[in-house]
Amino acid sequence: MNRCVERLYNGIIKENPTFVMMLGMCPTLAVTTSAINGIGMGLSTTVVLVLSNMMISALRKIIPDSVRIPAFIVVVASFVTIVQFLLQGFVPSLYDSLGLYIPLIVVNCIILGRAESYASKNPIIPSLFDGLGMGLGFTFGLTCIGIVREILGAGQVFGFQIMPSSYEPITIFILAPGAFIVLSMLVATRNKIMNNMEKKGKKVVKPQGGCAEGGCASCGGCASSLSSGQDKE
Amino acid sequence: MKELFIIAVGSALVNNVVLSQFLGICPFLGVSKKIETAAGMGGAVIFVITIASFCTSVVYEFILQPLNIEYLQTIVFILVIAALVQFVEMFLKKSMPSLYQALGVYLPLITTNCAVLGVALNNVQYEYNILSSVVNGFATAVGFTIAIVIMAGIREKTEHNDVPESFKGTPIVLLTAALMSIAFFGFSGLI
Repeated sequence: MNRCVERLYNGIIKENPTFVMMLGMCPTLAVTTSAINGIGMGLSTTVVLVLSNMMISALRKIIPDSVRIPAFIVVVASFVTIVQFLLQGFVPSLYDSLGLYIPLIVVNCIILGRAESYASKNPIIPSLFDGLGMGLGFTFGLTCIGIVREILGAGQVFGFQIMPSSYEPITIFILAPGAFIVLSMLVATRNKIMNNMEKKGKKVVKPQGGCAEGGCASCGGCASSLSSGQDKE
Repeated sequence: MKELFIIAVGSALVNNVVLSQFLGICPFLGVSKKIETAAGMGGAVIFVITIASFCTSVVYEFILQPLNIEYLQTIVFILVIAALVQFVEMFLKKSMPSLYQALGVYLPLITTNCAVLGVALNNVQYEYNILSSVVNGFATAVGFTIAIVIMAGIREKTEHNDVPESFKGTPIVLLTAALMSIAFFGFSGLI
């Protein structure tokens, strides 16, 4: 049981996908125009992540090593399609505002990354908690960014007016440039905190080649293992 | 003809794939340190997205629609794209070694570039026919190339600037992207 709690802690705090690892930047920038969109996207990703982690972990002894990446992609894409139809049927307003970014969960680095680095090597229950932890960490990150952008750009949180009516909303924060500005401030704050922690001699989890860190190693990692996986066929 | 032109301008400049749709952020931040590599990446993206839009819209129109299995589009498209990148890589390796030398490094990176899947899904969503899909794909990729080359140019100029410690690296690049994105708003009156 300890192991499961450890996985949750790892996903939400220690290796938080948004703030520490800088993974899944496309949805982070695109859908965080409001807090509710951030939560919706985060929870959809969490559902896909938990289900695909469980399925991949259950099938880990059956899937041959050489075709594992295409197999993972098919599993992930199936769950994404299911989630897409559930959203369309039960929460059409969220479905409309997330739009294209729901099917694009398939190419989210976090999901393939967890499948490759954790679920394909570990039993079902820890994989479930690993997916849950990572998913909730991602949801947390998206919601924080969404709240900041919504307060500055519309003076609201979750659709409730919280700024005084004399406040003139800075509309640019809910438009495209606002996403870049908020994320840039966020990364700068993270760098500041990490530098301070390093100076005090604390151990810091370095982002292992998140997309934004220049090396693009994780996406490249997914892709190159994809190609090497197919080469062996 | 006029319609195609509007589609092209719309997806290359007005709704720029990186700066207003946030697709392909990974390579945009990762491979934009030098103009040469950025242009190489752009070339590879133009090549792959144009072929991929063609293939996915052919698959959609002649396989998925007649069989009434449009709901499988996400799964089918991602597999078509992954296979396609493999084929393109093998084909270039065998028959055009010089082009492969220039683009080869970037090809595997493209499979997980969400812009490729994004364009394919957009084509279906806007109900484009095959010709419009190819034009849309090509124009979107040109938009990507424009954005990444401009970004690389700016980064080369600002490389030795005195940036505050915490803003070094990604944050300053994101701020640059924000300013570019504001500039691209100027195109919104075009169509």
